[in-house]
Amino acid sequence: MNNFSYILAAQPDEALRDWTGPGRPAYLAGGTNLIDHIKLGVDQPQRLIDVRNLGLDQIEALPGGGLRIGATVSNTALAYDERVLKDYPVLSQAILSGASPQLRNAATTAGNLLQRTRCSYFRDGFSPCNKRQTGSGCAALGGFNRTHAVLGTSERCIATHPSDMDVAMITLDAVVRLRGVSGERTVPLQDFYVAYGEDPAKENVLKPGELITAVDLPATEWFARSYYFKARDRASYEFALASAAVALDLREGLVRDCRIALGGVATKPWRAHAAENALKGTRPTEQAFRAAANAELSSAVPRAHNGFKIELCRGTLMQALQTTAALA
Amino acid sequence: MDEPADSLASASFFTGARDVAAGISRREAIARTLKAGAGLSVLSQVGGLLRGATEPPPSPSAPGPVTVTLNINGDAHTLAIEPRVTLLDALREHLGMYGTKKGCDHGQCGACTVLVNGERVNSCLTLAVMHPGDDITTIEGLADGDALHPVQAAFIKHDAFQCGYCTPGQICSAVALIKEGHAKTDAEIREQMAGNICRCGAYQHIVAAVREAMQPTG
Repeated sequence: MNNFSYILAAQPDEALRDWTGPGRPAYLAGGTNLIDHIKLGVDQPQRLIDVRNLGLDQIEALPGGGLRIGATVSNTALAYDERVLKDYPVLSQAILSGASPQLRNAATTAGNLLQRTRCSYFRDGFSPCNKRQTGSGCAALGGFNRTHAVLGTSERCIATHPSDMDVAMITLDAVVRLRGVSGERTVPLQDFYVAYGEDPAKENVLKPGELITAVDLPATEWFARSYYFKARDRASYEFALASAAVALDLREGLVRDCRIALGGVATKPWRAHAAENALKGTRPTEQAFRAAANAELSSAVPRAHNGFKIELCRGTLMQALQTTAALA
Repeated sequence: MDEPADSLASASFFTGARDVAAGISRREAIARTLKAGAGLSVLSQVGGLLRGATEPPPSPSAPGPVTVTLNINGDAHTLAIEPRVTLLDALREHLGMYGTKKGCDHGQCGACTVLVNGERVNSCLTLAVMHPGDDITTIEGLADGDALHPVQAAFIKHDAFQCGYCTPGQICSAVALIKEGHAKTDAEIREQMAGNICRCGAYQHIVAAVREAMQPTG
């Protein structure tokens, strides 16, 4: 790893102040993504600012209902929280389907939101990669792209966003709370991620030095009918080839409202608006599920080795919808 | 004291037992055998080519060693190390505690699993300087003198290791799994142990060992 200095920040404002200064800084929480990247040479920060001591490690009930999840709550703590298990089961299932117990113990909410693609060309540190080095090209386009994205891609980048937690959170109308030198602001999670488009190196709307302090989940009662289904090569400890997070407001045999998000197939956690609009007001039948999946996947673009993901994603989404509809 | 093993043909190189009795560990015997070999320098050159061409920019405030005190298995160890030293490398390279193994060094195999405040983590993906004041438990800290930890005993009873390289990580992981209390069935044990992989394929016996160690005693 390149040599860097290490500071343990005591207050959020101190962390923000620490950000400025000579040498490129990075915030450090669990380190399960950052330290991996530093070892690979993909990221070479010169100053690490540890943010685990800023008091952002609690899950609080909000006065009007809902939850405020601190930025440095561990993935394990979040997945096993009684309130999450009861009110947002898709979130717990998604977290527990990802990584390993060791990684989940160290990984944090904010760190998970900011995790980067597993594209092997990005991670090898030397292939043409517009995400790593703007304008250098995309080795995956003409390379081995079996695990790459079919939604949200451009000719500049087809890297898959690998997260499970983020897909579940985007299903639950999560709102990210940010703190920067110019003050605090909130951003709905579905607006937090940027489509790769022009500059794949820019993945989210964070301003330099901005800290994620918490993620808020709303008090939407029907989110209790939610489910996460993940399809992958191995039974565990493996990223998704395709995954679906679903929440259904099912009343008197009709889908009154729904939230659908896809993972493993897109360049960012993918809110499936077309699928949602196709499903609203329908009876929860296999035909309706298929029509919803088709609506969302009609814009999918296959590459040389990942065309199978379109059919896999269709089946994954239909399975998730079926299971969610059948929940007691 | 016997002659040190300096030849691959030497029987003591393989059994190790005679070397240990002679005061030389297996590690030392292998190191002496390989010292004359030219193979190691070729490997490090190839590794340099694979790593990529970009050099890190010069750091205006290049840090030197910092002091950190780690509490490991109940003992305090004060080190002067660079911030980039992982907990794994601190244990192995700076403290001579070789029980914790380096498998992939990227959080993908679990061989480096240790307990930090009772929770299992991959020591390769955390920095030593991140853990002053934490209670760190390694494989060396599980036994009580000569009394094996119940998980260690179960691993031996159920023949839950072959080469033994993943084993310290498996055992530390299993100790934490039992404390976490989420696994009841074999399927759940498998899922909760999914972060520890075993190239020898000792999985069935590992599950049997964990199953037994989970039973309430007495």
